[in-house]
Amino acid sequence: MPPGDLPPSLAANPRLDRWIRFADRNVVIATGKVELGQGVLTALAQIAAEELDVPLARITMVSGDTDQGPNEGYTAGSQSVEASGGAIRLVAAEARGLLAAAAASRLGADVADLAVEDGAFTRDGRPTNLDYWSLAEMIDWSRAATGAAPVKGPGDYRFVGQSLPRLDLEAKVTGAPFIQDIAEPGMVFGWVMRPPRRGATLEGFDPASLGRFGDTIAWHRDGNVLALTARSEHALGLARNILRAQAIWAGGEAVPDQAGSPDWLMGQVVSDRVIETGEPPVAAGEPIVATYSRPFLAHGSIGLSCGLARLDAGHLTVFSHSQGVFPLRGAIARALRLDPATVSVMHRQGAGCYGHNGADDAAADAAFLALRHPGRLVRVEWTRDDELGFSPVGAAMAVRLQASLDAEGRPAGWTTEIWSPPHAARPGTNGNVNLQLAEALPDPPAAAPAADIPDAAGGGGIRNAAIPYAVPGQRIIHHLITAQPVRASSLRTLGAFANVFAIECFLDELAEAAGRDPLAYRLELIGDPRARAVIQAAARTAGWRSDAEAGTGRAQGIGFSRYKNRAAYCAVVAEVEVGEEVRLSGIWSAVDAGLVINPDGVRNQIEGGILQGASWTLKEQVRFAEGAIASRTWDDYPILRFSEVPPVTVELLNVTADRPLGVGEASQGPVAAAIGNAVARALGSRIRHLPLSRERIMASLLAD
Amino acid sequence: MSLQVNGQAVAMDANDPVMLIELLRNRLGLKATRLGCGLEQCGACMVLVDGEPVPSCGREAAAFAGRAVTTVEGISAGGLHPLQQALIDEQAGQCGFCLSGIMMSGLALLAANPDPSRAEIALALDRHLCRCGAQNRIIAAVERAASVLRGGGVHAAG
Repeated sequence: MPPGDLPPSLAANPRLDRWIRFADRNVVIATGKVELGQGVLTALAQIAAEELDVPLARITMVSGDTDQGPNEGYTAGSQSVEASGGAIRLVAAEARGLLAAAAASRLGADVADLAVEDGAFTRDGRPTNLDYWSLAEMIDWSRAATGAAPVKGPGDYRFVGQSLPRLDLEAKVTGAPFIQDIAEPGMVFGWVMRPPRRGATLEGFDPASLGRFGDTIAWHRDGNVLALTARSEHALGLARNILRAQAIWAGGEAVPDQAGSPDWLMGQVVSDRVIETGEPPVAAGEPIVATYSRPFLAHGSIGLSCGLARLDAGHLTVFSHSQGVFPLRGAIARALRLDPATVSVMHRQGAGCYGHNGADDAAADAAFLALRHPGRLVRVEWTRDDELGFSPVGAAMAVRLQASLDAEGRPAGWTTEIWSPPHAARPGTNGNVNLQLAEALPDPPAAAPAADIPDAAGGGGIRNAAIPYAVPGQRIIHHLITAQPVRASSLRTLGAFANVFAIECFLDELAEAAGRDPLAYRLELIGDPRARAVIQAAARTAGWRSDAEAGTGRAQGIGFSRYKNRAAYCAVVAEVEVGEEVRLSGIWSAVDAGLVINPDGVRNQIEGGILQGASWTLKEQVRFAEGAIASRTWDDYPILRFSEVPPVTVELLNVTADRPLGVGEASQGPVAAAIGNAVARALGSRIRHLPLSRERIMASLLAD
Repeated sequence: MSLQVNGQAVAMDANDPVMLIELLRNRLGLKATRLGCGLEQCGACMVLVDGEPVPSCGREAAAFAGRAVTTVEGISAGGLHPLQQALIDEQAGQCGFCLSGIMMSGLALLAANPDPSRAEIALALDRHLCRCGAQNRIIAAVERAASVLRGGGVHAAG
């Protein structure tokens, strides 16, 4: 690889010592990507172990550390194995090469005569007394990576491609590996009250209401930030309840009850952009038009957002389960007017994270309070009410599709119009601080207008808007909603979930209009052999019945996408029984993720994505009342339960292909489409708006 | 008054309003029990009280006077419990935050029904939310643990 053509993560962090260190017969591998429960640290350790020829047990992963690791931005977009894995593979190979050259020079031997076993060099099969650790100090690791070291080919892999067990799971079933578990004597418990509406002003607060706590509780006010610190979690809880009942807020931007509905989305002020400008052929028939939608969705981690911070001698150290410790450092420094060089942010694992949740905000809350308690560790843990009421939500979307059929029943001309707020409001996005704490501070940092994720990064609302099928004359129009009474940001798959749901359901509508079986119709319209293979495999394992009758209450449906049109291919078949609500009886999936580092890890991600996607599809919707989010408990925001989970089958194809393709977000769109299509067949009529709830099913049954 | 926690007597003031989960996590340092909602709705904080699964987030510790409370630390004192091992063998978890509570309901199920069906396991775990979508693997892990505890062979991982 010529210099200047390094993978982006490595080009941004070229020094080898930012990625790799040798100590105590271990190899420390630092990554900017963080463990969210997706198994990424295990996969990255496998890649490092492979190129270094050391057992996995010799690898120590350091992850998400602004002091000790590379800046790789966010852990997002199913890119960790491609981006960080790609960099680590080259760094590890280069380190091995440098060490081998040092060994050869020491021995007066040819590098070609040396081999490595568990980090020790052998010459013609005999020990040499030299190993990585004895040679490491001879090498200047501050040098820049060349990216030119030869890497192993798939035929030589020993660790890559193996289903090695997750490095983090044993700690998670035996003890206390989560950020919420960090504690020390003298720790301060803190909480920041959120304004009930964006931009609301704190009008009234009577400190005397906290008088009975004496010095157990302290309160802090700065502009519209009102916060508590306490010596015990219990006292904090009691004082928090008083504050919630007692503080008076005025003004702010009320969210309408209908926010997220298709009518609301299509009635907002928008900034339009035409992305594809194809013109439909003249000869096409009458257009078929349909509008699909999904509501705002909650992250709904089972754990609560948590942050810890401590100010020591002017240096602020922050612990967070953020997806991006470097952007968070910058945002905290700007919000609190600190020099970024005096702030460190360290990742610690939290509960499953599916995008931009409350982690960054909780960290900023802790940082704000740490400045008021120098020398003390301050711990902020949100409540479930905070979590569901004030975490950023996944953006609602409406997707209007229009196509005509030609004389052969194939689509000719296809227009996709998408209405959605931006899918990106993380700290640092678009140059903005994007912290709730900062919004309420006096003189908050100026905010640039909302913008979506750039197309080059996969886009936000337009993600997967381009159809994978051969259709002449494709147009795509993006109506970006710029006003944001609801704090919408990134949720797993961003726009791909709604776009794939809409496109794949619409394709079934076209197939029906053309009198074709949905499976055969897809295969007729798609040429990519990898796409065809996953579609055919999913249909085969599901026992696809092309002659199934509609309206019998039981049916299969199919959905397909290649995530971001360039990551993993995934096809899903869902089988449903529809009575007063939808019951999933089975889900079958086939995936082509290219080179697979850990097959069981990939299966786990696909299975999890399928069940999370099914939960979004059938049950989930953020609801609004009195100007704010009203769904603030698990009763108001139900998710899929154990008794509702169907058996799931995942088949992996093409696992030794040239390069790995991200999988964390590959299955959610296809499963939504598969369920939507199955429900439409089972009912004999189509529901185009998510969730496919009991209310919508009943309405559909009553309409017949 | 006192309660038993993992076999040890824990003395406390009957008027102390501390919640059971705070007693476990903050005073006894037993961090494996997780706080998820504080409303007894998600199951993350489940512990065993005299062998029955009970959420620890919504009730004061004093309400459990004279009862025996078991947490994840209590089941793994002598090495991994077969259910913990089964969760690892099945790689049954992603973030793993829900697993502590689920183990408690799983243990209570296995004590009452050594050979549960998939549907019986799902029903026993229905109070527990898993957001990552690892439910099928967790069900498989309970089946595997049941098989091990019965002394039978372990069926192949799915």
